[in-house]
Amino acid sequence: MARRDRPVSQRQAWWLLAAALGAFLPLTPHLPLWLALGSGSVMLLRGWITYRQWHLPPRWLLALLVIAGTAAVGFEYRTVFGRVPGVALLGIFIALKLLELRAARDALAVVLLCYFLVLAQFMFTQTIATALVAILTIVLTTATLAAAADDRPAPQLLLRRSGLMLAQALPFMVLLFILFPRVQGPLWGLPQDRITATTGLSDSMAPGSIAELSQSDAIAFRVKFSGPVPAQSQLYWRGPVMSRFDGRNWRATRSMGTQSTPPYPLTGASVDYELTLEPHGKPWLFALEHPDAVPANSQFSDDLQLLSREVVRNRTRYSLRSYPDTQLLFKDTATNLREALALPRDGNPRIRAAAAEWKTRHGDDATAIVAAAEDFFGRQLLAYTLTPPMVLDDVIDGFLFETKRGFCEHFASAFAFSLRAAGVPARVVTGYQGGELNAVDGYLVIRQYDAHAWTEAWLPERGWVRIDPTAISAPRRIADHFVAAVPAGEALPFLARANMSWLRDLRNRFDAVANGWNQWVLGYTPQRQREFLQSLGLEAPDWQQMTAVLAVLSGAVLLVLTAWILYQRKQIDPVRRAWLNFTRRLAKRGVQWHDWEGPQDFARRASLALPTHAASIQAITESYSRLRYAPQATPADLSHLKNQIRQFHP
Amino acid sequence: MQQLIDSAAPSSPAVSRLSPHEQLAAVINAAQRVILGKERAIRMALACVLARGHLLIEDLPGVGKTTLAHVIARLLGLDFQRVQFTSDMLPADIIGVSVFDRDSASFRFHPGPIFTQVMLADEINRATPKTQSALLEAMEERQVTTEGETRRLPEPFFVIATQNPSHQIGTFPLPESQLDRFLLRIELGYPDPAAERELLAGIDRREMIKTLPASLSPPQLMSLQQAARAVHVAPALIDYVQSLAAYTRAAPDWQAGLSPRAAIALLAVARAWALLEHRDHVLPEDVQAVLPGVIGHRLRPADDDSRKVGADVTAARLIEAVPLP
Repeated sequence: MARRDRPVSQRQAWWLLAAALGAFLPLTPHLPLWLALGSGSVMLLRGWITYRQWHLPPRWLLALLVIAGTAAVGFEYRTVFGRVPGVALLGIFIALKLLELRAARDALAVVLLCYFLVLAQFMFTQTIATALVAILTIVLTTATLAAAADDRPAPQLLLRRSGLMLAQALPFMVLLFILFPRVQGPLWGLPQDRITATTGLSDSMAPGSIAELSQSDAIAFRVKFSGPVPAQSQLYWRGPVMSRFDGRNWRATRSMGTQSTPPYPLTGASVDYELTLEPHGKPWLFALEHPDAVPANSQFSDDLQLLSREVVRNRTRYSLRSYPDTQLLFKDTATNLREALALPRDGNPRIRAAAAEWKTRHGDDATAIVAAAEDFFGRQLLAYTLTPPMVLDDVIDGFLFETKRGFCEHFASAFAFSLRAAGVPARVVTGYQGGELNAVDGYLVIRQYDAHAWTEAWLPERGWVRIDPTAISAPRRIADHFVAAVPAGEALPFLARANMSWLRDLRNRFDAVANGWNQWVLGYTPQRQREFLQSLGLEAPDWQQMTAVLAVLSGAVLLVLTAWILYQRKQIDPVRRAWLNFTRRLAKRGVQWHDWEGPQDFARRASLALPTHAASIQAITESYSRLRYAPQATPADLSHLKNQIRQFHP
Repeated sequence: MQQLIDSAAPSSPAVSRLSPHEQLAAVINAAQRVILGKERAIRMALACVLARGHLLIEDLPGVGKTTLAHVIARLLGLDFQRVQFTSDMLPADIIGVSVFDRDSASFRFHPGPIFTQVMLADEINRATPKTQSALLEAMEERQVTTEGETRRLPEPFFVIATQNPSHQIGTFPLPESQLDRFLLRIELGYPDPAAERELLAGIDRREMIKTLPASLSPPQLMSLQQAARAVHVAPALIDYVQSLAAYTRAAPDWQAGLSPRAAIALLAVARAWALLEHRDHVLPEDVQAVLPGVIGHRLRPADDDSRKVGADVTAARLIEAVPLP
């Protein structure tokens, strides 16, 4: 019986079942429920069959199940091709293949499927946890592969052996990872549905939309400053700019990048940083006010938003240099300025009246009007709160004169409105303000609850000037953290609470590890590879050079491993090595030596199978068993045995 | 007394100057003439004697347990005593008892049936644990102590015990620790058709045994036992025996693995087997050949389902699980 046709033992069936479960379970959250339950119960059934040692179901039934499963996948996804339907099909096939374990060949098929399913996990998630699960499953699957060849060793022995083999592969993995020429972009794109679940800023702003974000502690982006971190009150991360107001909502108008150099002159000190943006499914990028250039594949819009050519679907990293003291002093277009004055025809009469009064008092002096507006906001004694009351009509009047309680979008919206009513061009800018320094890895982490909205006003002699009306009523929001500005007792995101400092510390550590993973494993792009290799002293590494280094280092690792194996081999005594040599020669003629078989028994069997060589087989076996088991063997006996085997050509 | 004791006087052995192998071959040939188609059982029994161990035969009544014991005693030229065990037997019934002798005005020890060279303990599991343990103590120590006086048992001393595996009602099954005192446990099984036909056609086995000449003398047997102990065991073979024992300890198939004593027993029987095979050193094949007899009564399956699996199957599984070192 050929090796591949040997039946699968009960032990091997258990191994294969364990490996299949290990490979399949991590995938279940990404597959339809019926499939997870279906394949899971088939595997359970397989376990019961193994336990009771029942017969396997007939082939025609399996064929029917395969057809039914394929049809169901086709019905679920409207196709059976593509990434996710493909994984779903494999999830069905691996369960059904377990019901068809007849020969060693089937066992190998299951093992291969397991390896593939482990790989398939990375199409869905690429976190550290995924990698750890994958490593464990690979160890299990490799042990199963060993068990498929020889199921006699104890499970812990097989697992240890498999772990050792993978440990030996580790240096190659590291070398290949570091040196193998990279391609731009992730090997597998992330699935689309991931984007829809992301929270973040949008291109419109209604009262309450940013307050909603303040409940999320999801990470928006991380920033690594090359110098010291600027003061908290300088950390304005500019995002979508809203110029259009319909009486309730603010909307962004510019969705096209038009220029790749900034129109404003740069002044003051510069800040260098690298920003890693989490995917948010929108085209805009965030930057500290105000960058001197655009990141790759992006442009400035007319209202100075940074817009990427494509929607940000993957984690994106870019380096920028910003000049916080820069004034947006340039000649803006008449269209822009006109748009920054537009107001709905009616509504909010009280603030319009107040603004009209400022205008009559200060005329065309925009600076004075802004000062008057600031003064007015200060005198209104507005309160900063996460839970502003709902106002149905005339939202600006309602906020300024009645409820007097609002979140940053209320402040920004009301301020821009009042400036426009007084004839000063103004707009709302959204983005993030502040951030939290993770002391573990030195990254500034900006979370969704750092989302903020402020106002920009056009002053003829100073250009667009940022005015943050929230700072008038709640200065601590800007100088410290939004938590400090919120009245006690309001619901805060769990991790933002002050008494959760130990948890925050833990979170920071975990986040630093996750960030390291993102930066160095997932974000190991061609550029980063080049930088890293240059820092190792490899000048201008191109793919030829990398391949050469890879070949040399892999060769070195291989040499070390080979030397180790040879050293291990020396421990096998020469008599046994000669015997193994002899059995290998017979194995080529189809007489396989079982490693538990005594020499005389084997010689008898081999002589029957190869009668023409019976004499030499007997003679060699005799010499061997004398050497190995009889008293007083001499080195001469050993060389005699070696000679006999050398001359033995079955 | 219900016990049946039949003793057979040894006939004078045919003095010969044969080599150990020839002597043993003669014994086996002679035995095979009486016990048909059971060469393996005869060889195992002989190996057990050569290794100075005691033999347990477990099988149904009527398959020739007693005949085997009798023939062995006869051929080896040894005294033979048969004791049928019952539940009302006392230790004194085996060991002997001191009786007051009026003439000498003192107690005189009347030795029991155990004072013999070969003792057949029939249906040993019918006796109470007390009696069983008296016998087993004697087997282990090869001496008997009564009333403060220690008496040595004859040399060689060899017990063949039988028990009926299917009839367990009203019996006292031997605990593992006692089973371990038996070096080997064998099963006879039904004879194959040819042997049974010959058996039916032939003359009464009892008559044959009576006329059976001894093939060996006790001194010859003792020198053969000496020779068995001198059979060479290579380090590789010791490794093999050790890995077999180690495997039974690690594998989940059995409640407990083989004890070191069991491993020693395995090696001793393998030596005797090698001598029977006319070799001065032990091969793995010898170990594998005697393995069923050594582990059959020592390894208890972990789950009840596999209780019914015979010693041969268990041994084959163990052999195939442990590679030769």
